[in-house]
Amino acid sequence: MALVIHNVKLAPGIYRLTVQGSYPARMGQFFMLRCWDTYPVLSRPISVHDLTLDSISFLYRVQGTGTRLLSALQAGDRIQLEGPFGQAFPDPQGRTALVGGGIGIAPMLLAARGISSASVFLGYSGLPFGVDGFNEASHDVTVRSGGTIVDDIDPGRYDTIYACGPVAMMQSLAQKAEGSSAKLYVSIEKRMGCGIGACNSCTLTTAGTNRKVCTDGPVFPAREVNWNDLHRL
Amino acid sequence: MISIDCELAGVPLSNPILAASGTFGFGKPYADLYPLRKLGGIVSKGLTLSPRPGNIGTRLYETPSGIMNSVGLENPGIRAFLAQELPEMTSHETAVIVNLGGGTLREYVEGAELLTEASQALSASGKRAVDMIELNISCPNIKEGGLAFGIENEQAQEVVRAVRKATSLPLLVKLSPGAKDLKEMARMCEAEGADGLSLINTIQAMAIDIRKRQSVFDRAYAGLSGPAIKPIALRMVHQVARSVSIPVVGIGGISSAEDILEFIMAGATAVQIGTYNFINLRAGDTLAEELIQLMETEGIHSLDDIRGII
Repeated sequence: MALVIHNVKLAPGIYRLTVQGSYPARMGQFFMLRCWDTYPVLSRPISVHDLTLDSISFLYRVQGTGTRLLSALQAGDRIQLEGPFGQAFPDPQGRTALVGGGIGIAPMLLAARGISSASVFLGYSGLPFGVDGFNEASHDVTVRSGGTIVDDIDPGRYDTIYACGPVAMMQSLAQKAEGSSAKLYVSIEKRMGCGIGACNSCTLTTAGTNRKVCTDGPVFPAREVNWNDLHRL
Repeated sequence: MISIDCELAGVPLSNPILAASGTFGFGKPYADLYPLRKLGGIVSKGLTLSPRPGNIGTRLYETPSGIMNSVGLENPGIRAFLAQELPEMTSHETAVIVNLGGGTLREYVEGAELLTEASQALSASGKRAVDMIELNISCPNIKEGGLAFGIENEQAQEVVRAVRKATSLPLLVKLSPGAKDLKEMARMCEAEGADGLSLINTIQAMAIDIRKRQSVFDRAYAGLSGPAIKPIALRMVHQVARSVSIPVVGIGGISSAEDILEFIMAGATAVQIGTYNFINLRAGDTLAEELIQLMETEGIHSLDDIRGII
């Protein structure tokens, strides 16, 4: 069990949880979080938002019972972390853009810290949240409220693009990036049972075959993703 | 000195705690978290003769104290399993049980034959092989066969008889809680030569997305597991254990050493841990020690002293 340092409300339903400890996580990886006994049954897969030498942070949106319990955590409480799990974003090649939509900005901060030259695009349907860290990490941060952040991105200007956000945002970015030289990687979310590749619950069809979001992903090359598979859920 | 080693269908187990099919892959995902020899055995993901892609749509849904799944027996097929998974699965110093599913009688029989031949070849060359087959006649999530075989006694009998003929490996039959007459089915399996029974598989259940006005699962129904079903499983294990003289493996929401003792008292020889592996990814690392501690507290020297005492 790890110690909660703080759990700050950044916006309605949006929290940043910081936990004590040194964790060897890479950008795009996630942990299974749990601060309750046997109910709810499943732990919650949450991507790593930020790391310091002695702490790890998670940015999450209150969505159901599990995240509501997480949001009640206070400094000094205990939480169980298992991880890091999943494939990280690959090392970037050339000019890099990081694109986050809504709570999908979560994994992008760690990426921005690692790639200081990256251009950052943050899109929100309402008021922005969690922008400060990005301004520390990058000199090139574009923030948009309303509309779609995809309109602000010219894929042709980048060699590598990492994106995380609503399915519609990632798909529209993928369409826009088609034919450009940019390699687009997206981080996919699906309901997970175990988080470690045992239960076959978070299956995603990519390039015609079944992949596991937890161990083969959550990061996938956008061209391999079957978007219909995600829209159906 | 408390000992919890036991024997299941002629196979010695270091403890009565097995990892249940479908929650443990082929062991590998958990081997990074703790040494799998701490478990009495591992039951493989359900395997069929031919590879299956599994079901489309939502596969997992959380319910009060439980989960529903509709994975649909996604698996690489028995040949790929033997070539790619079995060598590692047998490397953990724990019993290896292969869960065998099928869509047709022929598929069950050919699958059993393949597993048996491969196992005999491995044993003959001094290597660890498959210790036991768990025959799955109770998967609720595939269209043809599966659960259909586990509901009607006559259909189940056909499969059990044919697979028994096809394998010399110790044979467990995994029963469905949906069986029309569970005690009768258990007695039939015993009469057909099963070496043991495991129960229960998931309970067929339903969830509806009220906003979409449709079932959460594409196949309408899915299998419910987890702590929510434990009392039902316990009752069924109790009934079956009193109906047969072959060993019974208890499955259904077991989440603690206390739960394990309940199932043993109800008549189980061993237990399987399923959904609890998701609640606690390291469940198998500590449960055996916790069981010994609980037995000490309760003044129980051997599981034999309490088995079936209720």
